[in-house]
Amino acid sequence: MPLYKNGSFVQDPWSAIPEGEAMSPAGHVIAPLSWWQAERQAFAGSNVPIGVRIDPGTPMEEFLEDLPRFALIALVIPKFQDGRAYSTARLLRERHGFKGELRAIGEVLIDQIQPLMRCGFDAFEVTDPVTQAALEAGRVPGVTHFYQPGVNEAPQAGARPWLRQAGR
Amino acid sequence: MYRYDEFDAAFVADRLNQFSDQVARRLSGELTEEQFRIHRLMNGVYLQLHAYMLRIAIPYGTLSSRQMRKLAHIARRYDKGFGHFTTRQNIQFNWPALKDIPEILGELASVEMHAIQTSGNCIRNVTADHFAGASADEIEDPRPYAEILRQWSSIHPEFTYLPRKFKLALSGSPHDRAATQVHDIGYQLVKNARGETGFAVYVGGGLGRTPMVGHKIRDFLAVEDLLAYTQAIVRVYNLEGRRDNKYKARIKILVHEKGFEPMREAVGAEFAADKNDLLALPQSEIDRIRAYFAPPALKERAAQSQAVEARRARDPAFAAFVDTNVSQHKHAGHGVLTISLKPIGGIPGDATAEQMDLVADLAERFGHDEIRVSHEQNLVLPHVALDDLPAIYDALKADGLATANAGLISDIISCPGMDYCSLATARSIPVAQRISERFADGPRAKDIGALKIKISGCINACGHHHVGHIGILGLERKGVETYQLTLGGSGDEACTLGDITGPGFSYEDVVDAIETVVDTYVGLRTDAQEDFLAAYRRVGMAPFKKALYERDSGADI
Repeated sequence: MPLYKNGSFVQDPWSAIPEGEAMSPAGHVIAPLSWWQAERQAFAGSNVPIGVRIDPGTPMEEFLEDLPRFALIALVIPKFQDGRAYSTARLLRERHGFKGELRAIGEVLIDQIQPLMRCGFDAFEVTDPVTQAALEAGRVPGVTHFYQPGVNEAPQAGARPWLRQAGR
Repeated sequence: MYRYDEFDAAFVADRLNQFSDQVARRLSGELTEEQFRIHRLMNGVYLQLHAYMLRIAIPYGTLSSRQMRKLAHIARRYDKGFGHFTTRQNIQFNWPALKDIPEILGELASVEMHAIQTSGNCIRNVTADHFAGASADEIEDPRPYAEILRQWSSIHPEFTYLPRKFKLALSGSPHDRAATQVHDIGYQLVKNARGETGFAVYVGGGLGRTPMVGHKIRDFLAVEDLLAYTQAIVRVYNLEGRRDNKYKARIKILVHEKGFEPMREAVGAEFAADKNDLLALPQSEIDRIRAYFAPPALKERAAQSQAVEARRARDPAFAAFVDTNVSQHKHAGHGVLTISLKPIGGIPGDATAEQMDLVADLAERFGHDEIRVSHEQNLVLPHVALDDLPAIYDALKADGLATANAGLISDIISCPGMDYCSLATARSIPVAQRISERFADGPRAKDIGALKIKISGCINACGHHHVGHIGILGLERKGVETYQLTLGGSGDEACTLGDITGPGFSYEDVVDAIETVVDTYVGLRTDAQEDFLAAYRRVGMAPFKKALYERDSGADI
């Protein structure tokens, strides 16, 4: 699956575990949350990189405890109009301090890339050919002036005083 | 009034570029109609029955003369010479060509206006009391807070793909003219025991096919927490609101299904967890925005105007106009003037380009350059000297804008209905026109007194019929229009939903049915001071039901 990260398409070091399959000891797999919950004991004391896939509507309490264990969280966007992952991403970054990769998977389209980034996503699995072509051409349409604080954004000159972020 | 700074102007220009690019990508086929749809909606562009429709935001209903003239220009140049003011302080143009829309948006940007978020599943145009900053009963002008909410909610990255549309309204007076309790969030400015200003916050109100009155979720919210608390509500809604059925996706359904107490706890927990967030509004910023809304310098004038009294004595039509359309201003010798867009037999909310220009001229000459658009689909000059009323009246009368019916039975709210809207199941404008012709604006209408009739042409309730003192809902039954009546609804501070009278009435009979209701009221009121709503609340449905349905059975014999 083409992976867009840090401004270009890159080799994806991660792979998804199909339902019911065992994990390779090398890690670098993205597991469904249910899989992780069933298998977590097997990874006590292991430090292989673990990724988890979260479907929208999953209560965050179900996985918050394990956040430090995850190197990657993939949030599923089943339809591009489904905005739940935007809130989940901001909460993970701003409230729970998640520093790993936050990946958008599902229906990821070009016009949503900027708002997703502003909510803390830093990686995108892109299947839509139009979106792939636009990103390859270096085009991420959007706006350049913001009235709200975004995740990891410096405040803009002349902007509003509430356009700030924690820690500044 | 608010003026864009460089940042605001650059923001709107930015958005226009973004949308122009999206239009170009749609035209080239890069975007599918389904993918484009969401973007055109979030920029105010609908596909209606006959053509594209452009809905332009008039934030909290405030306009300058220059902006009104621009709307007149757009009506003339890109439409058929008129526009339609809506129930949410927007204006709609029903006939623009898609290719012209980026150009129209450019024209709007030149006068600090836009169509951003007038549609789509996002935070919509923020509305407020149309008498804000002028009315005698006001605690504080709510518009600075509405402007702050407008800015904060514009292209909010987290809240652009909500389950459904999300509407905010603010009132600064104990008498709620902004229908805050039937909004997704309503804010009412209040004073606490220490004399500090804050908001009573209502959540989960709404009309549509499942009407609900909002729940008071906070008795007192400090003004500095306005954005943080709003974020908490919208975030809970974004995460938990239903997305499986668009008719059950509004926050009112979430509040209803989750339960109000659990909702209050969830919002409270989210707000508390975010307490360290820096959305807290600095007082300096509130003051900076408030300075834009400083009241105009009004001269000291006698409370009673000799010019008005002299004209009143010899001109009963003028007297009726002043009595009905002028409300008390907080400054002596001044009034808040409602310019009715409900001419007898006309289309509620429509204004021609010439009328828009006239109102702009009058606002400039007599009204400190300020115009308001009310959710009741009228225009308002909020600051006029009483002494100028004769001159203003004469000018309005010459252009068909001096209808003396503000708040009376012919001041009807109506959705466009089947004449324009692809969702409608019945005509609504012609029903409004016929009621208006039946009762007109003469002595009979004045005797009937304050009476709000609201008409919707389908269950989506854009005409707000649930909160009409008399509500009319047009439905289609076996290919025939039928009109259901509700009585006793009210969108003010004592918000209630109307009760259904019983079986509906045909298109032919509905105006007679309204007349029966009105005659019944006039017959049972204690005196002329007891208005329709008060009388209904006292006597209930029974006498109206009897008059409506026994009359019908009698007619069959």
